[in-house]
Amino acid sequence: MKYVIIGNSTAAVGAIEGIRQIDGKGEIIVISSEPHHTYSRPLISYLLLGKTTEEKMKYRGDDFYTKNNVKFINAMATEIKGKEVVLSGGERIAFDKLLVATGSSPVVPPFEVKGAKEKFTFASLDDAKKLDKVLDKNKRVLIVGAGLIGLKCAEGILKRVAHITVVDLAPRILSSILDEGGAKLVQNHLEAQGIEFKLGTGFDKDADFDILVVAVGVRPNTDLLKDIAKIERGIVVNVKSETSAPDIYSAGDCTQSPQILPNAYMQGECAGVNMAGGEKVFDKSIPMNAIGFFGLHIITAGSYVGDVYSDDDVQSGNYKRLFYSDNKLNGYILIGNVDKAGIYTSLIREQTALDSIDFALVCEKPGLMAFKREVRKKKLG
Amino acid sequence: MKRVYVNEKWCLGCHLCEYYCSFAGTNEKDMARALKDIKINPRIKIEEKDGISFAVSCRHCHEPLCVKGCITGALSIKDGVITINKDKCVGCYTCILCCPYGAISSSEDGAVQKCELCKGTPACVKGCPNEAIVFEEREA
Repeated sequence: MKYVIIGNSTAAVGAIEGIRQIDGKGEIIVISSEPHHTYSRPLISYLLLGKTTEEKMKYRGDDFYTKNNVKFINAMATEIKGKEVVLSGGERIAFDKLLVATGSSPVVPPFEVKGAKEKFTFASLDDAKKLDKVLDKNKRVLIVGAGLIGLKCAEGILKRVAHITVVDLAPRILSSILDEGGAKLVQNHLEAQGIEFKLGTGFDKDADFDILVVAVGVRPNTDLLKDIAKIERGIVVNVKSETSAPDIYSAGDCTQSPQILPNAYMQGECAGVNMAGGEKVFDKSIPMNAIGFFGLHIITAGSYVGDVYSDDDVQSGNYKRLFYSDNKLNGYILIGNVDKAGIYTSLIREQTALDSIDFALVCEKPGLMAFKREVRKKKLG
Repeated sequence: MKRVYVNEKWCLGCHLCEYYCSFAGTNEKDMARALKDIKINPRIKIEEKDGISFAVSCRHCHEPLCVKGCITGALSIKDGVITINKDKCVGCYTCILCCPYGAISSSEDGAVQKCELCKGTPACVKGCPNEAIVFEEREA
């Protein structure tokens, strides 16, 4: 069996590990447009912050490709023709099973800002290295986009520039993961560090900035499967990570499932197992996110609909929201104290009937105590 | 593989496992001296309410959501034991988001901490006075 994987990030690594659970021998070829050893994308802000190094941010050890007997090709895949992948140099790579794990690309709208000639994006190691080169204590930075990427970038470079302004058309920061109250709390925290916000408005094009970072969102890289497989907002896959085209699988940011790293890995692993002839489904994908800024931690999951349990401790800066309806937990937001958040995540993932547990207790304090003794015995046994 | 299991009905709620766990993390010889005046932050934690108590530590799952979700590759499975490479961990807490047992926690050094089975001789098991925590092989 010959496996070809286009991409070299989280979903691709998941697929390699998934294939090797089933098939220790088949040939695996990874085609990567980036020349680097597999690395953790979310760590690029920590790299600029000096909290990690290029060596430490490798997503798997140096022996990963050798150990898994993977051939690494640094090239751009330009086309899929029948059961071959065509590379930018014209070379063709044949496959029996193909995984498209091409990720996403930053959206860069066409606009100009006085003073800042270049538009930086913040999605790859090379993006971070380019930005690193221009950072300077005297420079003023404009970040367009107050989402996860824009704000992680702000944290990463704050101490290395004169000033940062973050603008967003949305009226609040982190609108993809926080409600209004949570967003305000985190915004206050970021402002206290010295970051300036202009929200719910466009920005003054005549204002002077030296560095412009665009972080308004990402677009799934679906081009390779255009005309080959079904594509909507991203590549459409089923619970086995299969696309609508035979023998072609897809996982990660290029698909249209809710992505965030744990999901990308599991969807990739699921693809790998199925490519190798095993049986695996990935059907418990829920939106989830863990992120922190300047020591303030945020963990969120699920959807924010239904009745709300609130617990705020202004003194300690803790903020908790649980959203539930129809005897199920739908989602939650934890800011500050995030201890045992996974208990909540599992209630959502497993669709646990809330009347089967001590819900009042679990609201107050997540733990296994809220479960019935026999359930707990099974969990811990 | 041998794992740590709890027998809830034998747990006295004495918290000694937490102290032995914390002590195992120091390089001291004397427990009283090592833990004097410090607030312990053990990798095994007692849950207790209304006379019920039990210890919770990493289950070393066969399908570990923490390892799969780890954004840095700091969490990995080594001979069945889920281990943390503190050097790689940046403290993003994605594993705390993922772990259904609440068995991974923050630590003073910024990285997360979890039970790594004390290289095969868990201190919590040795220290439990009532065999409420055992280290044994059970069917998966």
